[in-house]
Amino acid sequence: MNNFDYTKPLSVEEATHLIDQNDKAMFIAGGTNIVDLWKYNLSQPDALIDISALNKSEAVIPLENGTLRLNASATNAETAYHPLIEKNYPLLSKAILAGASAQIRNMATNGGNLLQRTRCYYFYDADVPCNKKIPGSGCPAKDGYNRMHAILGTSEECIAVFPSDMCVALSALNAVVNIEDKNGKRSIPFADFHRLPGNTPEIDNDLKKGEIITSIDLPPIHFTDHYSYLKLRDRHSYAFALVSVATAFKLDNDQLSDVRIALGGVAHQPWRVKEAELYLEGKLANETSFSAAADIILQEAKGFKYNNFKIELAKRAIVRNGLMALHPETQLPGAQPSA
Amino acid sequence: MQKSVGQPINRLEGKLKVTGAAKYAAEYDVKDVVTGYVLSSPVTKGKILEMDTSDALALTGVIDVITHQNRPKLAWFDIQYTDMDAPPGTVFKPLYNEKIMFNGQPIALVLAHDLETARYATTLIKVKYEQEAFDTCLENNLDQGRNAKKGFATLLKPPPPKPTGDFLNAYEQAPIKTSTSYHHSAEHHNPIELFATTTVYEGNGKLTIYDKTQGTINNQLYVANIFGLRYKDVRVLAPFVGGGFGSGLRPQYQLFLCVMAAMHLKRNVKLTLDRKQMFTFGHRPETLQNLRFATDINGKITALNHSAFAETSQFEDYTDPLVAWSHKVYPSANTLFDQKVVPLDVFTPIDMRAPGGCSAMHAIECTMDELAYKLKMDPLTLRLINYSEVDDSSKKPYTSKALKACYLQAAEKFGWDKRNPEPGSMTKGNKLVGYGMATGIWDAYQFPSRVEAMIDKDGKFILNNAVTDIGTGTLTVMTQIAADELGLSMKDVDFRYGDSKKPFSMFQGGSAMTSSTGSAIVVAAKELKVEIDKDLKTITVTRAVTAVAAGKIINPKTAKSQILGSMVWGISKALHEESIMDENLGKYINTNLGEYHIPVHADINDLEVIFAEENDELINELGVKGVGEIGLVAVPAAIANAIFHATGKRVNNLPIHFDELL
Repeated sequence: MNNFDYTKPLSVEEATHLIDQNDKAMFIAGGTNIVDLWKYNLSQPDALIDISALNKSEAVIPLENGTLRLNASATNAETAYHPLIEKNYPLLSKAILAGASAQIRNMATNGGNLLQRTRCYYFYDADVPCNKKIPGSGCPAKDGYNRMHAILGTSEECIAVFPSDMCVALSALNAVVNIEDKNGKRSIPFADFHRLPGNTPEIDNDLKKGEIITSIDLPPIHFTDHYSYLKLRDRHSYAFALVSVATAFKLDNDQLSDVRIALGGVAHQPWRVKEAELYLEGKLANETSFSAAADIILQEAKGFKYNNFKIELAKRAIVRNGLMALHPETQLPGAQPSA
Repeated sequence: MQKSVGQPINRLEGKLKVTGAAKYAAEYDVKDVVTGYVLSSPVTKGKILEMDTSDALALTGVIDVITHQNRPKLAWFDIQYTDMDAPPGTVFKPLYNEKIMFNGQPIALVLAHDLETARYATTLIKVKYEQEAFDTCLENNLDQGRNAKKGFATLLKPPPPKPTGDFLNAYEQAPIKTSTSYHHSAEHHNPIELFATTTVYEGNGKLTIYDKTQGTINNQLYVANIFGLRYKDVRVLAPFVGGGFGSGLRPQYQLFLCVMAAMHLKRNVKLTLDRKQMFTFGHRPETLQNLRFATDINGKITALNHSAFAETSQFEDYTDPLVAWSHKVYPSANTLFDQKVVPLDVFTPIDMRAPGGCSAMHAIECTMDELAYKLKMDPLTLRLINYSEVDDSSKKPYTSKALKACYLQAAEKFGWDKRNPEPGSMTKGNKLVGYGMATGIWDAYQFPSRVEAMIDKDGKFILNNAVTDIGTGTLTVMTQIAADELGLSMKDVDFRYGDSKKPFSMFQGGSAMTSSTGSAIVVAAKELKVEIDKDLKTITVTRAVTAVAAGKIINPKTAKSQILGSMVWGISKALHEESIMDENLGKYINTNLGEYHIPVHADINDLEVIFAEENDELINELGVKGVGEIGLVAVPAAIANAIFHATGKRVNNLPIHFDELL
């Protein structure tokens, strides 16, 4: 770890000004990912600008139009356990609590959660080529051990997955990411925030250098009766998802409406397929309907040597989670399959 | 006075450990200490052509960089680098020359005023390599398999027993038989305490060394031999060891590098390996086992064949004792055993808790389960049909073997009679339920040791021995034994240990001096229950019962902790733990605790331990046997058998990934 400067600005204006002064400066908030990357010699910032004190407001702020605004500086734990989240957005609470460990959730911030890097083994090893690290250097995951890797939206250059659980729920909830830089503010719909690898796998998302995520907005649609987060992994806690599913819907006379299905652990971004959600509109909430929707979602899925199983697993998970969403009370800690 | 042996006494050092007052090897505040950091080779095989350390040396805070080019002159003969646990071959000598023999090999040591500077400086060293083709794939190199070379270690790990009877003919003729292969991934030691050494440079050729080790005297001799010091001038201390499990049976390379740096700088030096570097030395080897067992129509075993391949390095022949176990438990007139080592471009494997036994018994006890199904017989009945009071492999009676009691007590406690043998027949809500059982066996090793006793002026008995307490409760148990023997209360006994200055002890965990009059074993029966999601196949071990016969139990509390801990490891071996080798890169790729999975709390449920009474008057005066390994041995097979019972699928490769059941 190299020597570095450290500053802790108290305003967004000051923070964006500071980062503008130094090409090799980086923002830090919870530090739960950046410090790892640094120790592994994957990142060598010569200045850290600590943005954890920028927003002293509450973790969660209800706006007049019914939107609920998540403070980007609030921790994942504060957010998951906030009464308004637990009451109106239980899907988000469950997804956050299925991720990482209590210690990490106590440090990690909401903004930072969106910006975590992939956990691809090859990306994490500074001595190994990787297009995400050094564009053009190659992708050893494609012919290597790719159990954890993507089955959707992959490219010749990269088959990494985005590891967040929280973001799978945010995607399903149609969240909006609010951003500021020295020139002003802008908002990005969640679906457009994370990118596919394409031929620029080094770029994870649409946040530009110098921009800060200041908050995340949740639209005023509360899925409180029918929702479920299911996470499948190699141990029952503290492991990244091989496949996860966030499902939410409304039921009118047993018919599905406003269906949301987002997958985690399968792509370089949380994965939603509008066509499948529209297909379910007006259908009965049963195995047949969810199974047909799963087929639509996974139509384009393509496995590699060690992750072919994810296609069948994702299909079954979509069906099961649809049924679990009918009875959210059956959800177990750690987003395990219902008993 | 009330006897303390047999009482569930709390660990005497427990409070020091849970309050953080216990100091581990890297935690000693020695004056003006220099901190080291190792640069590991990114290349798997080849040569270092050039090394440029100038940028690292120019960094403020860096004191020196040691490489093979500028290292101090070292001992000449390989024999001087050997240790009590060295397998046959040539011991690895760090920074010896330009050759690279495995990925992660230490190629430079940076010495600096603090850890951060030293670590950063390693990234500034520029190295040019000539890379050579390497091979790290066991499966592709089975034809390279050969018998292990013989050496000192052969005494502890003898070659496979000679064939008896006529296996091929018996197998051919048998009405009931199996032929199955089992693969086990490599596993790396990941005790919480990282490998670390603090060397105090005392001057006049004297060193005091705080080291993470299971053998203070082993490492004392190692250091003295290599650096040309007098034995009495090298003192190795390890009062607390944050997990041994076999990893500390040999001196690891940080000890060598730390001592070399201290001698070179004539200063105190501290060196800790990082978690990633914990994957650059000894490990449980990857293995491939082939088993062919046969029985008559009544279930009596008539033929046993166990052959195995295990990886080793290109420079030492490590042997995991894999193939002799079945005949130690089950009598058979016809046997054929064979084991080969396959040298690959990796570091030499090392013992890991229940080495050989836990891998072998997984294969053996899954094969027994397969036979039980072929015979349409309860798996427990099959074991009882093949029960023996004599070790058929040595024709010696067991010094004691309360295995039948273990089988029956575990079965009763578990409720084995409620098992419907039909695979997939038992369900609970969304879960398929499976019951599985397996036998555990381990050699009851004993090691020579000498204890020195003194009485101080207050009448307190002071006992001295070099042994380490690797977290097993040695201090507590030794104090209990001594107190009873001397007719004192425990507080009047002061057992001092973990110091090479004290009377001789072998490293803790290894050496065998089994009783010559009988076959000394410790045994266990394991019954456990898994629940598997009917659609998604996620696996949970919901309950496990272990009945152990291990002679007299000195301290039921610490003994139970040993069994519980090893049961958790058994679950880990069956379902989680694996070092993933990327054959294209020639390196392990999941080298951190986020990706090298071991169970978390959510994976562990109801674990029960029963100690079956066993009165062994032959094994030793106290009638005691070790309990460090036995709890692990039977778990993987019991889990695999329970998974078969739940799903009708046999997965013979460990760890079992749930998606293999889809």
